[in-house]
Amino acid sequence: MSSKNWILLKELVKTDFKLRYQGSLMGHLWSILKPLMLFAVMYTVFIYFLRFGGDVPHFAVALLLGMVLWTFFTETTGMGLTSIVGRGDLLRKLSFPSQIIVVSVSINALINLVINLGIVLILGFINGVEISIYALPLIPLLLIELYALALGISFILSTLFVRFRDIGPIWEVFLQAGMYMTPIIYPISFVADAHPLIAKVMMLSPLAQIIQDARYLLTSSETATTWQMISNKGIAIIPYLIPFIVLLIGFSIFNKSAKKFAEIL
Amino acid sequence: MTENNIAVKIDHVSKSFRLPTEASTSLRTTMVNYFRGIKGYKEQHILKDISFDVKKGDFFGIVGKNGSGKSTLLKIISQIYAPEKGAVTVNGNLVSFIELGVGFNPELTGRENVYLNGALLGFSKKEMDELYDEVVAFSELEEFMDRKLKNYSSGMQVRLAFSIAIHADSEILLLDEILAVGDEAFQAKCNDYFLQLKEEGKTVILVTHDMGSVKKYCNKAVLIDDGEVKVIGSPDDVANQYSLDNFARVISDKAEEAEEVEKIVEVDQLTVKMNSPEIITESDTIDFDISYKVLSEIESYIAFSITDVASNAWIYNDNSFDLMTEGKGKKSFNYKVKLPMLNSRKLKLQVSVRNGKNEMVAFASSENTPMIIIERTDVKTISEKDSATGVINRNGNWRVGL
Repeated sequence: MSSKNWILLKELVKTDFKLRYQGSLMGHLWSILKPLMLFAVMYTVFIYFLRFGGDVPHFAVALLLGMVLWTFFTETTGMGLTSIVGRGDLLRKLSFPSQIIVVSVSINALINLVINLGIVLILGFINGVEISIYALPLIPLLLIELYALALGISFILSTLFVRFRDIGPIWEVFLQAGMYMTPIIYPISFVADAHPLIAKVMMLSPLAQIIQDARYLLTSSETATTWQMISNKGIAIIPYLIPFIVLLIGFSIFNKSAKKFAEIL
Repeated sequence: MTENNIAVKIDHVSKSFRLPTEASTSLRTTMVNYFRGIKGYKEQHILKDISFDVKKGDFFGIVGKNGSGKSTLLKIISQIYAPEKGAVTVNGNLVSFIELGVGFNPELTGRENVYLNGALLGFSKKEMDELYDEVVAFSELEEFMDRKLKNYSSGMQVRLAFSIAIHADSEILLLDEILAVGDEAFQAKCNDYFLQLKEEGKTVILVTHDMGSVKKYCNKAVLIDDGEVKVIGSPDDVANQYSLDNFARVISDKAEEAEEVEKIVEVDQLTVKMNSPEIITESDTIDFDISYKVLSEIESYIAFSITDVASNAWIYNDNSFDLMTEGKGKKSFNYKVKLPMLNSRKLKLQVSVRNGKNEMVAFASSENTPMIIIERTDVKTISEKDSATGVINRNGNWRVGL
């Protein structure tokens, strides 16, 4: 990527960041307040009333961690979906690589994720979580994996959305279903106790794998990970590879259609 | 001419669009159409095999009617659209202004918008830092730069956008009818800016349908008609052809309305044939033949007028009343006149036939209403140019003191 494009990417990220809480009284304080309030709600509902995850250590923090990672995924793909159409005015009148638009949206979600993770870590310390010694090198790798997945899907969705606006509601429903199919608000042991095979299949999803790995590293070594649950390592590696394959496919699909965007929009 | 001299090379460029026949872009219609074998779109050829070169230092005009494909061509040169066939080679740094203030965000301050706009146009922060003060000074918005753009008046927004545009220092500039917006003071600023660009020898491509600006600024121009290059060459050639095309359209529209009123045909086959060229100088003779056929036993004579197209005013009339013809049959006349007193004007020759009672019995159709374009050759100095905008060329004498 040329330096010109870096500058443009930086400007677009800066603009989006500035405009995120535009007009609100507390401005960027919301970046911190929102996850805290979300945590309060989840704690009340799932821990206090529903009593999910009774035997899971530090379930409250694990719950929030899963929620924060999932939120990043929905935010990136949701905003990525509409990003090209939303910036149609620019694409019709200026010549610059349209990839920058999708990347700038994902970077903004990434900034949010880092803020949120910071809050989770602080809450974790207060809770006295058990942090693995491997967390420092491995957490960034997990984040790269998550980012690759979200960006790859954003590329695919934004390309499709230019031609088919139906993708909007379809993806919304898909995300809703995805949230219940991923062990976020319930521990994976809920499923594994009743249907071990279904639990194993669920753990082949990169999101389930990322969330469980992150919980293993940041909350408790008792967390069940894909690596532990699936004995065949040839199969267990699948969720680790999917994000990068998706990114490659997404990027090539996007590149193929990119030069036509200005005409269709 | 070596390749190094070429700034933009347009090489056999074709482009067609698929115009959807249905308004919706949903998955359902696409799938239904796919299985039924309906294409769901109509192919429309916008540009057909366009080729021309813009040399370095050219002030190049691209002219055409609405829908002729000139804006599509501009977008292809700007690399917003990809050409279907052929290629566009750009030799140097190119900045295009399809519209002023693209990407301006009302929620950002003036300063932030300048930097964002700069980045969108491909300038680095360092380059923008250097330009910033000049941009602000030119727009005369110093005290507003830290206010949000939404609190600017629309005039202020245009001023800021234009100021960025003209400070965008690039080897090749593409401009699309920016001149068409703004008030008189703004137009004057544009004018100064264009003249300055011309003086600096910058490569500029201007897309417009204003012939005045083409003649004023461009040293070369191309006329695009229906997706093809109709004329390429000097701005005068292009501008005259363009005016001629548009003029022909207007007259044919009017003629169709008038024809319905005509009832009894007494005179037929009225034709006007120019013997002198369409474009003449002040010393040339205007020479034309008129012929017509009388169908009934009437007296007849010819009356014609030469009308200035711009003002729609008659500036010269004559008739053949003293050469009144009688009876049926084919009549023909030749007429010669010199109009050395006229400035460079576009004229049209309107001919009619009248009977002995001074009633019009026929008038020339659009194809028999020729254009006469006078291009004076003696307009060179500033004084001459300035005085050559009226209908009649100056013919007075100055004396200093009283």
